[in-house]
Amino acid sequence: MLDVKNIHKTFNPGTVNEKKALRGLSLHLDRGEFVSIVGSNGAGKSTLFNAIAGSFFVDEGSISLSGRSLTFLPEHKRSCVIGRLFQDPLRGTAPHMTIEENLALAYLRTAEAKNPFSHISRRDKDFFREKLRLLDMGLEDRMQQPVGLLSGGQRQALTLLMATIVPPELLLLDEHTAALDPATAEKVLALTRSIVSENNITCLMVTHNMTQALMLGSRTLMMADGKIVLDVSGKERAGMTVEKLVTEFKARAGQMLDNDRILLS
Amino acid sequence: MSFILQTTLELGMMYALVSMALFLSYRVLDIADLTTDGTFVLGMAVSVTVTSAGHPLLALPAAMLCGAAAGFVTAFQQTRLGVPSILAGIVTNTGLYTVNLMAMGWTSNANILKQDTIYSLFRAAVGGTRSSSLLLSTLVVVVAGAFLVWFLGTRIGLSLRATGDNRDMVRASSINPAHTVTIGLCLANALTALSGAIVGQSQRSADINAGTGIVVVGLACLIIGETVCRRGSMRRGVIATVVCSIIYRFIYAVVLRTKIVPIECLKLVTAIIVGLAIAMPSIKSWVGFQRRKLRSNKNGED
Repeated sequence: MLDVKNIHKTFNPGTVNEKKALRGLSLHLDRGEFVSIVGSNGAGKSTLFNAIAGSFFVDEGSISLSGRSLTFLPEHKRSCVIGRLFQDPLRGTAPHMTIEENLALAYLRTAEAKNPFSHISRRDKDFFREKLRLLDMGLEDRMQQPVGLLSGGQRQALTLLMATIVPPELLLLDEHTAALDPATAEKVLALTRSIVSENNITCLMVTHNMTQALMLGSRTLMMADGKIVLDVSGKERAGMTVEKLVTEFKARAGQMLDNDRILLS
Repeated sequence: MSFILQTTLELGMMYALVSMALFLSYRVLDIADLTTDGTFVLGMAVSVTVTSAGHPLLALPAAMLCGAAAGFVTAFQQTRLGVPSILAGIVTNTGLYTVNLMAMGWTSNANILKQDTIYSLFRAAVGGTRSSSLLLSTLVVVVAGAFLVWFLGTRIGLSLRATGDNRDMVRASSINPAHTVTIGLCLANALTALSGAIVGQSQRSADINAGTGIVVVGLACLIIGETVCRRGSMRRGVIATVVCSIIYRFIYAVVLRTKIVPIECLKLVTAIIVGLAIAMPSIKSWVGFQRRKLRSNKNGED
């Protein structure tokens, strides 16, 4: 499914600010896997996501999805098969456009070539309304309102819907519930789970919540210094506790797990 | 008075196309497109030259095509060469000066005194009423405005609006922002050139300096229009540009007639009005804050 082979990325090479963000990282994901990622500050979690999504091109190594090479594919082309959610709920939606128009844009990713001069049809509207109803937030009655009027949680739920309205092959979740209040976070997470399992989407999720990392999905990765230092799944993961994970991390990475948010949560 | 009103409406309609173009580039795409000044003259020059060759109707699409080409040059610099958007417009605008001279046959002023224009043809067709030219200008503006509103509702139009609203999201929706910016600037400059084209035919001449300050006047109409009609749907936005373009020309005509402001100072006054209009939100919030502070001092809270 997803094959990341030996990727390297250095920011500001040759200057005092040089930062080796990814150092020979390799990763293989099978179809339908739900993988959680935890790691220290600056371990390269978001950089890994940026590399996969195509926000920049990697310096070395290769990335492929379902046997198709993504290494040199620009971001907007990769987004046909990769959906992505950010921590900031404002990043995924256009605030001055209506809910309906936002969904119509997300729906442009469909494989069948849409006539660029077509308008949003009644059929599209019915389809969007049906999808919005699944969120259970009453958004189906507010389709003509600009997205800027929604709360952070509503916007994130909408972004989730937009990222999956055309089911992507891979979904990247970058701490997508971290900026929400606990109750809303719980709801968005439950939505994520049901949408992901329903469509059998392969999913990578960064989180700072260790309990969540072990609870959700089928596999957990830990990152440090631009590499994956721990990869647990199956029986080993089932017997894993947060304490054990922290000790294990220290042994593998040779450093304490210094993610302020993990320590504070 | 009725004469002023008619000229005002006519000019307002003709220049409304520039405001419409700026609505597309400045409001929808969030790009201040300084190509506008040069494109206006380009449209005018091409229109006058093609008309003097005996094709007044063909002159309009020809001018629009040239305008779109100018927009493409600006867009290309921004999207492919990494030139900041304002600079890209200035560079194209500077280059256009020469292109415009060339389009007018290397003179700074070209006239079409005897040939048929779309206005003279239309007057003959409708039977020579006095307001025929106003009717024709209105017709052009209505068609262009309707097209723009229709276009902004299509999938590609939605992509354009999203590009100005949240570029991250556009990429995540598998749209290439370089394409949407290019399409938007080509269309905006085609509209500006169309404005130049009909102004050129209506006054039967093209002048190399006719475009100076057009972008500022266009922005003024756009922004004052939004203050008057408030921001809202795309349809409302387009209508506001037309309404305000007429209001602006009316004020302009009144000033010219009554000479409240010396004619030599018009550009300066326009610039000041535009500057104030754009600064209005900041000024409003500053005044609000000062009032709040004053109240608090009076009540001895602080």
